Amino acid sequence: MRIDLVARPQRSRLIEIAAPVAAMAVAILIGGVVVALVGRSPLTAFDVYFIEPLTQSYSLQAIAVKATPLVLIATGLIFCYRANFWNIGAEGQFVAGGALGGWLGLVTHDGALQGAIGGWWILPAMMVLGAIGGALYALIPALLRVRLNVSEILTSLMLVYVAQLALDWLVRGPWKDPEGHNLPVSVNFDPAASLPLLVDGGSLHLGVLFVPLAVALAAVVFSKTLFGYSVRLAGSAPRAARFGGFDDRAIAIAAFMISGALAGLAGVVEVSGKIGQLLPSISPGYGFSAIIVAFLGRLSPVGVLVAGLVLALTFVGGEDAQIAMHLPGDLTLAFQGVLLACVLAADVLARYRLLVSWGWGARS
Amino acid sequence: MSTGSAISSPDIVPQAAPLLAARGLTKRFGSFVANDRVDVGFARGEIHALLGENGAGKSTLVKMLYGLLSPSEGEILWQGAPIALANPKAARALGVGMVFQHFSLFENLTVAENIALALPKSERLERVPARIAEISRAYGFALEPDRPVYSLSAGERQRIEIARCLLQDPKVLILDEPTSVLTPQEAERLFETLETLRGEGRALLYISHHLEEVKRLCDRATILRLGKVVATCDPRAETARSLAALMVGAQIKEVRGAGAHGLGEPRLVVAALSAPSPSLHGVSLKRVSLEVRGGEVLGVAGVAGNGQSELFAYLSGELIAGRAEAILIDGEPVGDVGVTGRRALKAAFVPEDRLGHAAAPDFTLSENIVLTGHGASGMTHAGFIDAKKALDKANEVVATFDVRKSGADPLARTLSGGNLQKFVVGREILSKPGLFVVNQPTWGVDALASAAIRQALLDLSARGVAVLVISQDLDELFEISDRIAVIHAGRLSEPREARETTREAVGLMMAGMDEGDHAH
Repeated sequence: MRIDLVARPQRSRLIEIAAPVAAMAVAILIGGVVVALVGRSPLTAFDVYFIEPLTQSYSLQAIAVKATPLVLIATGLIFCYRANFWNIGAEGQFVAGGALGGWLGLVTHDGALQGAIGGWWILPAMMVLGAIGGALYALIPALLRVRLNVSEILTSLMLVYVAQLALDWLVRGPWKDPEGHNLPVSVNFDPAASLPLLVDGGSLHLGVLFVPLAVALAAVVFSKTLFGYSVRLAGSAPRAARFGGFDDRAIAIAAFMISGALAGLAGVVEVSGKIGQLLPSISPGYGFSAIIVAFLGRLSPVGVLVAGLVLALTFVGGEDAQIAMHLPGDLTLAFQGVLLACVLAADVLARYRLLVSWGWGARS
Repeated sequence: MSTGSAISSPDIVPQAAPLLAARGLTKRFGSFVANDRVDVGFARGEIHALLGENGAGKSTLVKMLYGLLSPSEGEILWQGAPIALANPKAARALGVGMVFQHFSLFENLTVAENIALALPKSERLERVPARIAEISRAYGFALEPDRPVYSLSAGERQRIEIARCLLQDPKVLILDEPTSVLTPQEAERLFETLETLRGEGRALLYISHHLEEVKRLCDRATILRLGKVVATCDPRAETARSLAALMVGAQIKEVRGAGAHGLGEPRLVVAALSAPSPSLHGVSLKRVSLEVRGGEVLGVAGVAGNGQSELFAYLSGELIAGRAEAILIDGEPVGDVGVTGRRALKAAFVPEDRLGHAAAPDFTLSENIVLTGHGASGMTHAGFIDAKKALDKANEVVATFDVRKSGADPLARTLSGGNLQKFVVGREILSKPGLFVVNQPTWGVDALASAAIRQALLDLSARGVAVLVISQDLDELFEISDRIAVIHAGRLSEPREARETTREAVGLMMAGMDEGDHAH
């Protein structure tokens, strides 16, 4: 028997949409088997993971708040991945943005610098600083790649640890709350430095509005503009891009900086809208989960929005399952890994047909 | 030897049992039938040509005979008995050897090392040079065992491939387009080797679409069209035109000359352009100078890998020479200007590689219009692409140049080679250029599309456009060029009037020998 992958002549809309849905279904089946092997009911687990969180206001809010950093980061990652640059350091860019934006929240603590003009400028400035912090941090692997041909995979990943440790040191050292009983936390942000809540007593904050904005902008850039075209082209056919007259270095730097800016924005939204202060660690790995979101969303902005919500659902459902069914929290991460593997496999099947030939030569 | 009558029915069985034969051999890829009940036999002591257009199924057939593909139906017979070839190893064990069109050699290894790699593990490397010498003597071709492959010409590389095959003493030898990379003189030497092999009673299977050399060399020809055998004949009893008609299934229009028209001002001037190659074993350009005037077609001949792709890249601006005055387009110094800036001066370029260079495979045709058209007026507004305008332009190219496609706006990679080439050439022609530079305009393109493309180039020159054609196909260059220059080892010869020179003279220059000017 011999299996060949034959390219499909035309991309079919139906398959484009069906592939990630099928991948999701297969991943859920595999997850169900694992749950059954642990000795719990797969049906109950399915209910706790995927149904119950959708029935409660608080968990719906939690899903939206969780999805916010995932979708923002993944939207940026699309620019890198479409251009064939493997930025896997969004986690570090998230931390860099959160730290730089959060810094403004710390220096304006207790009304400082707010005197005559008031504090209205603080939140917008924090958001801008967050984006700048992430963009500059992403510029490092971009320049190393473009100037010295250093693998951006290694540099962007390793810079994650640098950013994490730097924030850890800052929060334990210079940025520590002097009245915080020596706990490694900063002071709490003033209201002027905190994103306001949208629901009284809930968790939904103003930062979630960045999500539709970023997704819509990215969708327009990719489908309508010459810049979006050049990013797709550089990744899909680099020689053709050079022949077309597009500067691959400029594209690399732009893609990294957009990606970093969105990750940094997500970081400052997280500290200002959700955490309310700086902590030694401000992310449970959003920057890495966003890689799954980007691929689950087939590297399209709208797809990423859907995928981010799905993944946020598994996070929230996973927390519920820990409480209700005493399932280990690592199961959520394992499930996300299975999901990514299924999505990548489905992606291949969407682009190629499997051709199984049985002939008399069928001995090789 | 020959069957006498001009064209016999395809199922005729050659005298005696053929060494290797196909009976009802069929290969399907999904719903596509690449080979449809092919019957053909290859006898001892004959050179048997397999003729057909690109996509006619020649490669599929020989891949089955060499064990690279397994047939969907039908049988392969070895000396009359059905056999199954699971892989090329089985085919080689039986006595079938194959020389591929694209060489699989390690550039950094020596000739002997490359040959040793193909031998059984028990062979010792020290003995290989002696065996190479033996083969070289027997078949009259020179091979230096200690030369590294990157320093060899295409003809010498091909001899390594042939030597590799001959060391296994094959009874059937398959050669896939063996002369496509050779100078006429190298091809002539190859023919002598092949005739020696025929004399030894081997069966040779010769794939080609060069009709003249098939007539010169082959005893029989089997012609494939759309996967079916349409005729078996004695090529010597045929004319090139009748063979071509069988291959294409239609009459090929003869290319009309551009007619009398005056030459205009020089539109492209290259002055002593010296520039390095970006790749390790590439060829750097050495003081290349040329001039193409409006209304003129300048042909650049040369064996592959003598600096053609470098010359094209520096002319198009994909590589930047640095010195502005090295290249002038309509008098404007552009040596330091990128490809978009040169397009703004009404220059158009068509690179050799259709898929991945001239066009993005996974982009639609209208998106591929934007690839080289984004600088043109109206194609973008404030950074936004005018998708409708791009689609209109794509449809205009498709209609003007008879591009066959499926669907309204298909992906570039779904087009056949000839149709995609017509599309990329047409795209550039419709940009209304003043200078047109094209590398290998009809490489791997079927005869009908080739004729259409050559005609389009001549029509351009008739409109006063300066056309520079880089090609390895001498027939093509003599058909359309006003003047022909030869590129060899990165140097460009003085161009000669095409009417006043011969294929032989150009062939010698392609091999690096400049006859005429200096005595050797």
